[in-house]
Amino acid sequence: MKEATIKSLPIMFSYIFVSMAYGIMMEDAGFHWYFSLLVSMTVYTGAFQFVFVTLMSSGASYITIALTAFLMNSRQSFYSLTFVDEFNDIGKKSKLKKLYMIQTMTDETYAVNCAVSAEKAKSREDRQKIMFIVAFLSRVYWMIGAVIGGILGQVISFDMSGIDFCMTALFVVIFLEQWENAQNHFPAVVGILVSVICLIVVGEDYFLLPSLIITSSILMIYNARRNSEVV
Amino acid sequence: MDKHYVFIAVIISFAITFSLRAVPFLLFGGKRKMPQSIEKLGKCLPASIMAVLIVYCLRDVGDSFMCRGLEKVLAVAIVAVVYKFPVPERYVGKNARTMLSIVIGTAAYMAFIHM
Repeated sequence: MKEATIKSLPIMFSYIFVSMAYGIMMEDAGFHWYFSLLVSMTVYTGAFQFVFVTLMSSGASYITIALTAFLMNSRQSFYSLTFVDEFNDIGKKSKLKKLYMIQTMTDETYAVNCAVSAEKAKSREDRQKIMFIVAFLSRVYWMIGAVIGGILGQVISFDMSGIDFCMTALFVVIFLEQWENAQNHFPAVVGILVSVICLIVVGEDYFLLPSLIITSSILMIYNARRNSEVV
Repeated sequence: MDKHYVFIAVIISFAITFSLRAVPFLLFGGKRKMPQSIEKLGKCLPASIMAVLIVYCLRDVGDSFMCRGLEKVLAVAIVAVVYKFPVPERYVGKNARTMLSIVIGTAAYMAFIHM
């Protein structure tokens, strides 16, 4: 429990402040804190929730909302790929826990739980316990922030801009950690090259999904080729 | 604001987001075994995804590099340097090292943009 809490601290700092910003934005658009809480609990995904506010206040059609959700959140399918085995194993003991782990998959919990599942020194059971607590706490942070933002946003205002950088910092640290432990740096290098190229070609707003699709395709071809070489 | 509209919008968004997260489990759940190629992909994706996410976080660096962009790049460099700083493991454990580099890097970034 203690270790899981420590691991979730970086998520706490960024989630509370980012979701406070979300709660404030919702309040400004005329949605009270319980709406923020509802969305944070069910949809629970960073960037899309912000776009969702704009969509709802402009009365966007259901199809537009559905399409935006699909495009912005498709990346989550890639995250789940890594954890199919792990979560299925969790599901053997508790179906509910497995569903919970699937529903709470975000960029940040993915990053932290990748690091956790790489710690081979721990038993599988311990790792799964830590992953669950990380997922659980992260969503609690996110919901707390949304509610605080909705209730207190108008009253207190302080400049916390820049706090969301701790997410970037977390990704950098996990990247370095993975780099040290990896024998093969091909996946990391491909990830950087492809996403930079996509960023230049497609632009800031839409490059994430094409980057993931192209990177995965390259990795699959690469893996297949390496296989045939070994044999 | 029409409550029906909001609720249906929330339900749609929830259903789509959850389904996207669940897709791999629907494809390879229960009896159907995961093809080896997908299993391998899942294993090497974390490193790629972390790289992609970092690029995503830094996507706006090029917009006004000499001003906002440079600050972000510098802060990332600080995170890396603190993380790699050669202090023996017995003084600073792995978790502490992670926290330190995140806290110092973020503090530096916030100081930069508020200056």
